[in-house]
Amino acid sequence: MFKPWLVFQLFLRSSRVQKKRAFLTVAAIAWGSLSLVLLLAFGEGMKRQLTRAQAGLGTDIAIMWPGETTLPWEGLPAGRPIRPRLEDVEMLAERVEHVSGVSGEMTNYRAPLTYGRTTINGRVTGASLAYGELRNHLAASGGRFLNILDEKLRRRVIFLGWTLAEDLYGEEDPVGRTLLVDDVPYTVVGVMEEKLQMGAYGGPDEDHAVIPITTFKTQFGRDFLSNLVVQADRPESMTAVLEGVREVLAAKYGFDPEDERALPTWNTVEGAAIMGNMLLGIQLFLGIIGGLTLFVGGIGVANIMYAVVKERTKEIGVKMALGARSRWVTGPLVLEGLTYTLLGGVLGLIMATGVVALLELLPTGGNEALEFLGKPTLSLPIAIATAAILGLIGLLAAYFPARRASLVDPAETLRYE
Amino acid sequence: MSEPQTPTGAAARATEPDTQPLIHMSGISKIYDTGKIQVEALLDIDLDVRNGEFLSIVGPSGSGKSTLMNLIGCLDTPTAGTYELQGEPVSGMTRTELADVRNRRIGFVFQNFNLIPQISTWENVEMPLLFGRVGKKQRRERVEELLEKVGLADRGEHKPTELSGGQMQRVAIARALAMRPALLLADEPTGNLDSSSGGDIMTLFEELWRQGHTMVVITHDLALAQRTKRRIELHDGRITQDSHSK
Ligand SMILES: Nc1ncnc2c1ncn2[C@@H]1O[C@H](COP(=O)(O)OP(=O)(O)OP(=O)(O)O)[C@@H](O)[C@H]1O
Ligand SMILES: [Mg+2]
Repeated sequence: MFKPWLVFQLFLRSSRVQKKRAFLTVAAIAWGSLSLVLLLAFGEGMKRQLTRAQAGLGTDIAIMWPGETTLPWEGLPAGRPIRPRLEDVEMLAERVEHVSGVSGEMTNYRAPLTYGRTTINGRVTGASLAYGELRNHLAASGGRFLNILDEKLRRRVIFLGWTLAEDLYGEEDPVGRTLLVDDVPYTVVGVMEEKLQMGAYGGPDEDHAVIPITTFKTQFGRDFLSNLVVQADRPESMTAVLEGVREVLAAKYGFDPEDERALPTWNTVEGAAIMGNMLLGIQLFLGIIGGLTLFVGGIGVANIMYAVVKERTKEIGVKMALGARSRWVTGPLVLEGLTYTLLGGVLGLIMATGVVALLELLPTGGNEALEFLGKPTLSLPIAIATAAILGLIGLLAAYFPARRASLVDPAETLRYE
Repeated sequence: MSEPQTPTGAAARATEPDTQPLIHMSGISKIYDTGKIQVEALLDIDLDVRNGEFLSIVGPSGSGKSTLMNLIGCLDTPTAGTYELQGEPVSGMTRTELADVRNRRIGFVFQNFNLIPQISTWENVEMPLLFGRVGKKQRRERVEELLEKVGLADRGEHKPTELSGGQMQRVAIARALAMRPALLLADEPTGNLDSSSGGDIMTLFEELWRQGHTMVVITHDLALAQRTKRRIELHDGRITQDSHSK
């Protein structure tokens, strides 16, 4: 029988610790909670930012390049180049299971781009429709990405990375204006919304231009793809998707589906998983450091509670003589220890919220390192984790002193002054 | 919340055939083992106390009076011998059961009052009722009644430190009576008081006894001991005299 209400009443009626000592104890816990929460918030902010940055390249995608066979296949020797074509894109989208998008890419790395008197040798990518979704090419307001008619009619329309747009047009709004690509006039239909991008091939998206892959084929007379981009419907099905792509292309071009080098692949799901684990590790590490700081505060609470038990030995003995069961002696003490801990915790949390709000106000724009670190972010899991750690530390810090109190021998304490 | 176990009240006690003693001790010894030396605080004590008795225990310092009181009050356990309180052997009881026995059957009064200084007089008296899980309304009524009884009805809000020694001891007596215990134990209740307030306390005890309480009082003061019906003398842990006056 625990009788929480009785314990609470007894807690209200037990003596109080010196204000100064209680304050110091609470402050130590507050400091510990502040460190814990801030470190966790920092980890969380970094995680969100990196996750966002990763999504900048695309979510659950893999990139496949043309390669060379390394295994003989049905009488054919090794060392043959395998080069997927534009027509394969549609075939793959139809035949491979669990694939949620396929795009071909043809890239011209040094195409002269001219607007007015400015000419830049830029990267021009011919891309299929799905590319916008797959590779996270969102148009800033006032513009659009390429659409199905652009592709069908081989329109000469172009979508610009924001840096490239600025380099060519400066302050001007490029949308609707003409751009010469290798002396052929194109109309700018959209500029990419700025995004964080971690991981790239060929170069960052901010300084390339995208045109319909059909238009690219016509202008540059190419049929082979520079690479393929495929997206799985779920991260777990990526392996199946890649196997499916290899099987379909192996049947068409005649190579061993097991021959990885025929189509060298960058599976970003693997990288994401590794980074997820790494971030978890970092968060755990930050949590442990913060937890240790808090633990030191917990030792402070235990310390004060031991002193309390010692000071109140007589009071405890008297209560036992009056018929208090051990739990009614230990319960209020545990509650007292918990109160100091939780009070400190709440203070720490309030301070942490303040600090996070202040940091939110600081500008990080421009500084790339800071941008990737992100801003400390509070989240529900952080609050729950902190509360759980606080509760645990408070319980431990109060339990052992309280147990000592329950071992008080009333006859002994009442005998002497 | 259960009601305080109402031990046989004074009136009931008079009519009920008193078959068993309230306290029955036989062959009780208490030996303190302090490592090198063993202190024989009590040796082979036989003691019976009936309901309604008023008993004083006298003896020189170190003769074992407090040790005996701690044993009677279930604050300590004997090294040897058997002790039955209201016919129940105490030796096999768990800590919780002993706590309940102290709460319901025994009231303690100490030489140095042992009131809890941070809480009010009122809350001090209420403490045993909390441990006895008496309901709020009954607690209030009982505390008021008790403070009235010891003549401190107007001091409920005061802290114990704001009271005189005699008043503090009366609060302690009110507290001891709170759960209507079968037995009131007092260890040198007048030891810290001047003779006049000491006399008042003794008068209060006599009054309580007349109302039917069973009282065991330890004292140095022979004059006070004279006022009790039965007197036990302890010397070196043994009972050397057990005298009844009329
Ligand atoms: N915890 C203990 N450890 C060792 N010896 C003890 C302990 N408690 C009491 N004693 C010894 O037991 C003997 C009886 O002590 P007790 O306190 O019962 O005496 P008393 O009659 O109450 O004395 P006083 O009149 O001074 O209060 C003493 O010799 C004392 O030193
Ligand atoms: Mg004594």
